[in-house]
Amino acid sequence: MNEPVVPAPASAETSIEIPLYEIRRKIYPRAVTGAFARWRLALVLGTQLFFYGMPWLTWNGRQAVLFDLAARKFYVLGLVFWPQDVIYLAVLLILSALSLFLFTALAGRLWCGYACPQTVYTEIFLWVERKIEGDRLARIRLDAAPWSLEKVVVKVLKHTAWFAIALWTGYTFVGFFTPIRDLGVRAITWQLGGWEGFWILFYGLATYGNAGWMREQVCKYMCPYARFQSVMFDRDTMIIAYDERRGEPRGSRSRSADRAKLGVGDCVDCNICVQVCPTGIDIRKGLQHECIGCAACVDGCDQVMDRMGYPRGLIRYTSQNALTSGFDRRTMWRRTLRPRSIAYALLLVAIASVTALSLATKSPLKVDVMRDRGALAREVGGDRVENVYRLQIMNVDEAPRELRVDVAGLPGLRVEGIDQPIAIPAGSTRLVPLRLQAPAQAVAAGSHAIEVIVTDAHDASIARHEKSTFIFPR
Amino acid sequence: MSDFVSEFWSSYVAALTLASIAGCAILLVVMSRARARQAADQAAPDKATTGHVWDGDLTEYNNPLPKWWLNLFWITLFFGIAYLLLFPGFGSMRGMLGWTSSGAYAKERQDVEDRTRPLFEQYLKTDVRTLAANADARAMGERLFLNYCAGCHGSAATGGKGFPNLTDKSWLYGGDPDTIEKSILDGRMGVMPAMGPVIGEENVANVVAYVRSLSRLAHDPFKAQVGKPVFMQNCAACHGADGKGNHAVGAPDLTDEDWLYGSSQPTITESVMRGRHADAASGALAMPAWRATLGEAKAHVLAAYVWGLSNGAAAR
Repeated sequence: MNEPVVPAPASAETSIEIPLYEIRRKIYPRAVTGAFARWRLALVLGTQLFFYGMPWLTWNGRQAVLFDLAARKFYVLGLVFWPQDVIYLAVLLILSALSLFLFTALAGRLWCGYACPQTVYTEIFLWVERKIEGDRLARIRLDAAPWSLEKVVVKVLKHTAWFAIALWTGYTFVGFFTPIRDLGVRAITWQLGGWEGFWILFYGLATYGNAGWMREQVCKYMCPYARFQSVMFDRDTMIIAYDERRGEPRGSRSRSADRAKLGVGDCVDCNICVQVCPTGIDIRKGLQHECIGCAACVDGCDQVMDRMGYPRGLIRYTSQNALTSGFDRRTMWRRTLRPRSIAYALLLVAIASVTALSLATKSPLKVDVMRDRGALAREVGGDRVENVYRLQIMNVDEAPRELRVDVAGLPGLRVEGIDQPIAIPAGSTRLVPLRLQAPAQAVAAGSHAIEVIVTDAHDASIARHEKSTFIFPR
Repeated sequence: MSDFVSEFWSSYVAALTLASIAGCAILLVVMSRARARQAADQAAPDKATTGHVWDGDLTEYNNPLPKWWLNLFWITLFFGIAYLLLFPGFGSMRGMLGWTSSGAYAKERQDVEDRTRPLFEQYLKTDVRTLAANADARAMGERLFLNYCAGCHGSAATGGKGFPNLTDKSWLYGGDPDTIEKSILDGRMGVMPAMGPVIGEENVANVVAYVRSLSRLAHDPFKAQVGKPVFMQNCAACHGADGKGNHAVGAPDLTDEDWLYGSSQPTITESVMRGRHADAASGALAMPAWRATLGEAKAHVLAAYVWGLSNGAAAR
């Protein structure tokens, strides 16, 4: 990393005016092939197949994944989440954070290098750019060339393609929040709602700007995760590093030259690692905060090592401890099993299991019993005491239900004035005024714990027990 | 703003806002360049230091931010100025768009009312008895009741001490649909005057015995006998000679089993002694008028729901 603080030089200095802001230097990453590039391709395809494809799947006659903000219902395959289930969102965030901790502690910025949308869309946009403008050198030459008809055509073509992808991305994104087939029909007939149109354009333009223009600037200057992931590193975290002891002193040589005679290391100083880097750094300067851990330099260098007939891995996944102490791969791997990574993994598994269990046993009913606050109790017919409650029943399920309301906890306690069973349509809420009566002489005056039981009339296994109190007047 | 502070503060806030914006602009210009000492280290000629020195020998490299970052600041600044011109925010200036939060609220409310008007107009034209048989209207009435009425009358509309039970056939002002609707729209303010000072404590006890005799509760027959002429003279004007009450003034029927405040001797004594009227201390409140809050259409739907409560079979 760049040390922010250096000792002041003792020699004489000249005072000059320096700019504190600089114009961004455009980076032209060179195409790279290899094992890690294939991994990235697999993740780009996997994540995007999921993202672009998911809204088109249907489940039970509705969109399989739909976050219906207006109706405040969130459909994920067979599950329906209501705002009351926000705890699952919190759990999802906790799981995501823990995963980030775990993977970062094990192997650095894996997320950044392979799965982050910024990386994935930059990769897609780079692929388009390469198909239209050519690879690194062709692009540098094109940008340096004066404006010509051909240059205009190529540039227009590229931006049109980018725009098309970006708009489709925006459309897909909004399709997670409003039924995507409907949205398509309305988009074609130019009848989009104001907010739908805004978000398609906003998300589309953000994709176009971030993946087409901003690229590594997002990681370097905007992304908070990029910065705080470095504090999760320790000396046993696997990072992408250049093996200085093996590579230095660097220098070019012919393939047949004897390294020992020339007194050079394995690095042939071909600069491939710099050319392929999407953030434009030189990995040979050591671990830097700009490095997103994409391993493009590993692939690039391995190819050169193969051509030179040298062993692979001059630039490789390794830990700082392994580099300085010269561990073999086994020792390095064993040292990744340290307390922090084990603790992260255990927490992750524990929370994930509890969440899965809770989802599997999630009740389709939510019930709340609210005592009336206006009147505590009243006498009915001289020998009975009545308490009034408001029963809020939510049928979270996608099927209508018929429910029975029962009550337990006091001798002679019974439900009055409800036509049993109560019908509740699919996915809706009902407030039912509930009158409970008990014989006046049943128990002592004061507050008594009772339980209201709401049971599915056709399936006794679906039941909710809600606690409340019954008050006898003094 | 000027309701409670002087106009000075408006211009003070405006001046402060302007000064802050100008200060930000100056800061941006000044901070984009700096006087710095060129590092003498020739190995890194691009690494100029910023000229700051800490602890005698610590300096820092200049790691410039990208230009677009600076431009973002400028965009924010101009956005701020445009916002202050368009929306209220600059002192007490109203902004060129004339936007207000109460205006936005009124517009949203208007939108909802415009959407629901056809339905309510149709309901308003429908007779209460017919409306009470309409399941949709009944569901709406139930929601309205739980929102606006259940606080006093209870979720099950069975009332409580001082708040009438709406599910039975005993009515203070009458239980026909029109009267119920009028009670909801214009409210009711029943007053039972304090009779203690008028007839004296002894006569109060006699009247209470007579009143209890009317509804066949345990009473002293002698006292009731003495209390009867007192009742005829002082109470019959409202409660009627037979004690059956009067819907016109909301005087309760004293011969039935329903008692708004309770039928025990001390309770009735208190009712006669000190009266019952809209007074928080006596535990009673008037029925408020809902015309302004709910409007006629919602009151109509509510009337249908309330009428349906005590005419259940007829309603369904």
